[in-house]
Amino acid sequence: MAKTKLLGEFVKGLWRENPTFRIVLGLCPTLAVSTSIVNGIGMGVAATFVLVGSNIFVSLVRNIVPEKVRIPCFIVVIATFVTIADLFMKAYAPLLSRSLGMFVPLIVVNCIVLGRAEAFSSKEPPLKSIFDALGMGIGFTWALIVISAIREALGNGTMLGFSLSKTFEPPLFMILAPGALLTIGILIAAINYFTHKRQG
Amino acid sequence: MDIGVYVTIVISTIFINNFILSRFLGLCSFVGVSKQIGPAVSMGVAVTFVTTMASLISWPIYNFILIPYHLEYLRTISFILVIASFVQFTEIVIQKKAPYLYRIFGIYLPLITVNCAVFGVAVLNTDVFFFGGKAVSGSFLKSVLQGACAGLGYTLAMFLMAGIRERLEFADIPKSFKDVPITFIIASLMSMAFLGFSGFKI
Repeated sequence: MAKTKLLGEFVKGLWRENPTFRIVLGLCPTLAVSTSIVNGIGMGVAATFVLVGSNIFVSLVRNIVPEKVRIPCFIVVIATFVTIADLFMKAYAPLLSRSLGMFVPLIVVNCIVLGRAEAFSSKEPPLKSIFDALGMGIGFTWALIVISAIREALGNGTMLGFSLSKTFEPPLFMILAPGALLTIGILIAAINYFTHKRQG
Repeated sequence: MDIGVYVTIVISTIFINNFILSRFLGLCSFVGVSKQIGPAVSMGVAVTFVTTMASLISWPIYNFILIPYHLEYLRTISFILVIASFVQFTEIVIQKKAPYLYRIFGIYLPLITVNCAVFGVAVLNTDVFFFGGKAVSGSFLKSVLQGACAGLGYTLAMFLMAGIRERLEFADIPKSFKDVPITFIIASLMSMAFLGFSGFKI
């Protein structure tokens, strides 16, 4: 198999089909946990793990599972990986696990994961699925990092926990719900603007 | 039994901790289906039904099966399986018994399986109404009430958003803000208005 093809599957998730900014999927965790960069990275890594694990598995069983019951089957596979990620996080990163709270089990209903299982790995061989999942996962993670960096800097006046400025009085609302919605709205609009501009 | 507790649950789930606008659960469908009032409200009603039933079903499973056998870590798998099969079951029943309803709700039902709000309310119930591995008093009733109110709050937000978006069709907005971005910005303003409820004390 051509190497460039695999690379293409990987790269498309980073920008062209970025799950957060271009397809606008999996928003619940994106907005809820992006209050600090650490949370954003934690969520991104957990979701990437679940994506890769479930994509490999779904791709392996794709010819065995009957068409009609495929969604419940995929969900069970995904839920298994989510449970693994949840327990792992509780054991090795209890603080992070506590601040992500219920959004770790909620990865199971993240539309990105089921969407990739349904649209990609249920039709393609495992190797391709791994690259697709990695691309999507990393695309999701960087989107989370961008959003959480903006919100942490503006809402808390810090970057990865370090204070940015002593005189800046951070507006609290960037950390609360409205700030998240505003940030993603403006980011998507900015990306649209540059895409339109490039296309002429 | 204290009636005040139940009133607090109703107010806080519908307004203060509105599922869409302050908990961000069910955002995907919020952006996707809120273009017109009709479908938006139908979706809201369907979600309300499923969140109520999901709370109704998931509580006994957690209390009578998972807790006694120390299987709490199976919460994710068991809840999502039960919800997915329940939604599928409802779809089949409605299709057979009420074709008219099926025409209204039918297309939304499969979407609800992966709606974060439904699974979220089931998880939230076990987080809030179980303390130290035991059900708090009246926990079953509280769970069901929270489930129903979560759906109502979802419907309210959907209805408001769809009303605004119908008007937006005629507004002259910059090209790059059209559709999704402007929806988020309006949602942000609505969410800010809902923040006003958070000072509410009973």
